[in-house]
Amino acid sequence: MVRARFIVALAAAAAASFSLPAMGAGGGSQFNEPANNDVGNEASLQRGARNYMNYCAACHSAKYVRYNTLADGLEISEDQLIENLMFNAEKTHETMQASMPKEASARWFGKAPPDLSLIARSRGTDYLYNFLRTFYVDDSRPTGTNNMVLAGASMPHVLWKLQGLQRPVYEQVTDEAGRTVQRFVEFEQVTEGTMSAGEYDQFVRDTVNFLDYISEPVQIERRVIGIWVLLFLVVFFLFAYLLKKEIWKDVH
Amino acid sequence: MARTEAEVTESTRSGGLAKWINDRFPLESLLKEHVTEYYAAKNFNVWYVFGVLSMVVLVIQLVTGIFLTMNYKPSADEAFASVEYIMRDVDWGWLIRYMHSTGASAFFVVVYLHMFRAMLYGSYKKPRELIWIIGMLIFLVLMAEAFFGYLLPWGQMSYWGAQVIVSLFGAIPAIGDTLVEWIRGDYSISDITLNRFFALHVIALPLVLVMLVVVHILALHEVGSNNPDGIEIKEHKDANGVPVDGVAFHPYHTAKDLVAIVVFLMAFSAVVFFAPEMGGYFLEHANFDPADPLVTPEHIAPVWYFTPFYAILRAVPDKLLGVVLMGAAVLLPLFLPWLDRCKVRSIRYRGAIYKGALAAFVVSFLVLGYLGVQPATGLYTILARIFTAMYFAFFLLMPFYTKMEKTKPVPERVVYHG
Repeated sequence: MVRARFIVALAAAAAASFSLPAMGAGGGSQFNEPANNDVGNEASLQRGARNYMNYCAACHSAKYVRYNTLADGLEISEDQLIENLMFNAEKTHETMQASMPKEASARWFGKAPPDLSLIARSRGTDYLYNFLRTFYVDDSRPTGTNNMVLAGASMPHVLWKLQGLQRPVYEQVTDEAGRTVQRFVEFEQVTEGTMSAGEYDQFVRDTVNFLDYISEPVQIERRVIGIWVLLFLVVFFLFAYLLKKEIWKDVH
Repeated sequence: MARTEAEVTESTRSGGLAKWINDRFPLESLLKEHVTEYYAAKNFNVWYVFGVLSMVVLVIQLVTGIFLTMNYKPSADEAFASVEYIMRDVDWGWLIRYMHSTGASAFFVVVYLHMFRAMLYGSYKKPRELIWIIGMLIFLVLMAEAFFGYLLPWGQMSYWGAQVIVSLFGAIPAIGDTLVEWIRGDYSISDITLNRFFALHVIALPLVLVMLVVVHILALHEVGSNNPDGIEIKEHKDANGVPVDGVAFHPYHTAKDLVAIVVFLMAFSAVVFFAPEMGGYFLEHANFDPADPLVTPEHIAPVWYFTPFYAILRAVPDKLLGVVLMGAAVLLPLFLPWLDRCKVRSIRYRGAIYKGALAAFVVSFLVLGYLGVQPATGLYTILARIFTAMYFAFFLLMPFYTKMEKTKPVPERVVYHG
């Protein structure tokens, strides 16, 4: 068990992306499909939590998120939490730390994997959705893969077994200035993954949904409270308006 | 009205607690002077609610600020984490924080509209020049308050925004670099800077702000409020000395203001509960990354309420001249009472020339605000230069075009359709 976890840690260990600014390789506009995630979908969030713990949590921390508040929010029982999700902690009130020490990951990958507590708020869910779907084979990289959204990403493709490996196909086109440039056409599968393209997209969507949720756990409750506040203010407005009418009725 | 001890004792015996207080403190006369017998024109329109709304936002900021301070830690190592602690672990902390962050933007919305009201109806003109000047000081302190507060979450944009704005002082010849070091207290924005900005944000500037607001209102009550017709209601008084076109602040204007406050709270709550980031304009996306002195964000943009002035700064190729022009753009409205040579106050009776100039000013301010969040390249820079020229032309040409204005006759009494 311990050994298995270590291997997962090693495989996932790469993380450490964002070492280079996004350059929109091959035209970033092609890789901005909407994530279409829904933080109100609890089943999706629970699947996302499972994906996160299995594929992300070994290298990435989410150090502002507590296991017990997470379990409360996703309606996961304490037993389920300890059994299925709490690989890196002893007590349920602890925050989500990575199993790998930051110094080690920084040494191995050139940059420590970033904390993911707020990644959905700083980068946006669409970015994450496209990032996780556009790893491709690139032998010039130490990790063997590169990324379309984040060129030169130091994070390896930790989901390669699920998605399989893919390679971009380019075509030669002539731009307005008359130069010949390469334009991305599509990905071609190099090795098959254990998931179909549709299953993999849903897997990524659930994971991104989970990241969206942990970036602001109160967001659903906030909207519910907001409706009550606005309803109260509408009623208050009626009384305030009638009071004003009454007081001003003699002013001519 | 000094009284003898015997008179005070006698008076207290017959009058109860209110009497007891009034013998020792002018409570009743203060309330009369500033609330129940302060008369303002009955024809106030929607533009006249933004003063009271500014006070509402000030109270929101003071109260939420106090509660934030209870859990916030002004230290470079802990600041970012303490904000997330407030957002996640403190009961209702998220609400307090969002009210405060939304309140900062709301403050500028209502203050800009309040200032624009003064430009519409000539509220800065004699005898209200001092009210306008105090108001401008409030605006300057508010800008400083917002700037210092923006560093506190210690996110990437907090850090780099402060870095950029503080470095502007470096453009001053000879003393620039020393001055910048003195402001930061360090060679770069650091823990030391954060600590002093915190002190200024939570104690020094709020204190000044509250005192200036009191002075602003005292000055207003001394000369009386202007109105949409820009005429003096004090020129027509009834037998009791009450202006016939005026109504008492309380209960008339308070009842009206209450309606406005509720409407404002609806808009405010809509943002707080449904769009606290306001698409990245109230809370910038990059500010959810903790401050990192080693990584400069690709695009540093100040929060929306500074962008018109930021666009002016960037429109000028020379750094010193840019800083000077930006400072001038902020300070120029201070001189409006003397730049405007027209005798008529209200836009209702002013000439087409001022209406056109004011419209051009609004357009230039809004366009510059938009350009301030865009990258300063190519066409954007050219546009920024054109609209900067337009902004300055509004103020600098004002003495000339307001002098040749063809005004309409001003009515004797305020226009009011009950």
